[in-house]
Amino acid sequence: MRAPGAATARGASEDVRMQEASLDESAAVPVEAGLGDYFALLKPRVMSLVVFTALVGMLAAPVPVHPYIAFVATLCIAVGAGASGALNMWWDSDIDTKMRRTRSRPIPQGRVRPEEALGLGLALSGFAVVLLWLATNLLSAALLAFTIFFYSVIYSMILKRRTPQNIVIGGAAGAFPPMIGWAVATGGVSLESVLLFALVFMWTPPHFWALALFVKTDYGDAGVPMLTETHGRPATRVQVFAYTLPLVAVSLGIAFTSLGGWLYLAVALALDVWFLAGAWAIFRRSEAQAEADSYATEKRVFMVSLWYLFGHFGAILAQSVLTQWGLAQWGGF
Amino acid sequence: MAIQVEHELHKRRAGRNWGLLLILIAFVGVVFGLTVVKVTRLGDARAFENFDHVANPALERAAEEQELQEVTP
Repeated sequence: MRAPGAATARGASEDVRMQEASLDESAAVPVEAGLGDYFALLKPRVMSLVVFTALVGMLAAPVPVHPYIAFVATLCIAVGAGASGALNMWWDSDIDTKMRRTRSRPIPQGRVRPEEALGLGLALSGFAVVLLWLATNLLSAALLAFTIFFYSVIYSMILKRRTPQNIVIGGAAGAFPPMIGWAVATGGVSLESVLLFALVFMWTPPHFWALALFVKTDYGDAGVPMLTETHGRPATRVQVFAYTLPLVAVSLGIAFTSLGGWLYLAVALALDVWFLAGAWAIFRRSEAQAEADSYATEKRVFMVSLWYLFGHFGAILAQSVLTQWGLAQWGGF
Repeated sequence: MAIQVEHELHKRRAGRNWGLLLILIAFVGVVFGLTVVKVTRLGDARAFENFDHVANPALERAAEEQELQEVTP
């Protein structure tokens, strides 16, 4: 007959073993998401570009915005952009597992379930749109709602897997933020804000296709038609140059609106010549030449395109500061 | 072998919960700040008070004075 104490001790040690086993099992459970995984769903790198262009649109507008309202509006635009990123990752979770570039995202890694991304995207969309409406005006909120809809539904769900023009039309989603920023300040849409939209819209195709020329993507395996694969690399080279021409026209057009001035015109001209020369070099090169120097020109033009957009918006901001200080008067249209 | 009370999973969950707490506090702060800015930008409070079923002597006095002026020849 066992002593009661011994039985208790044995029972306790069994409990311990069971708990240890339970903990060991939990170690084998798929990795649970951390806060950083949910943040990664919001595509923070895309958010930074959106915040910058929206802020410039807001600050360059002729109507001053209260600094705190500007902060809240920028926050809402950033969260709205992040929400559309989460919705995009939810929809594209099937193809993200197939591509090297996207395989490390939280959903393909199994850290976040697609439904969680959908819930987060919808909740943040509602939050961003409603708060932007309360903080600023209905037009800004409506433009933000349309941007989220455009990126998630028009681009991700409809265009991305159907047409090689996905980048062209889908680029509108990235072009709306400066227009929203302008609407936050003025409560309306004007020639200036349309031109800011057009600048980002026309910039997106040559920027992205310059990248597509030197990055060996596996979009084809995922069933996403990219211009380099559907129409070939020589045709993509033509398109890079073709889209740079209207881009230059838009860039120079901005100089003759109330946003423009001598500083902006000088910067825009320099950047236009730089980008146009790069696009021309891409157009003139053959695939054999590109392979011979490991796509050096394409890589350089891609970097130039980043500086191009940053430089333009930086110049618009600097010009507006000068104009507000009365240092650079310009007639505009 | 001792029971590991603090599993990596617990740390991850704790991080998530603390993060959510900070986000909620930040949200309250943002809405509070927005309220302060909106209210302080309303301008002259007399322009919109007395429409909440509360007597406002300042507005009533003004109305009385206006009536007196209309009556006085």
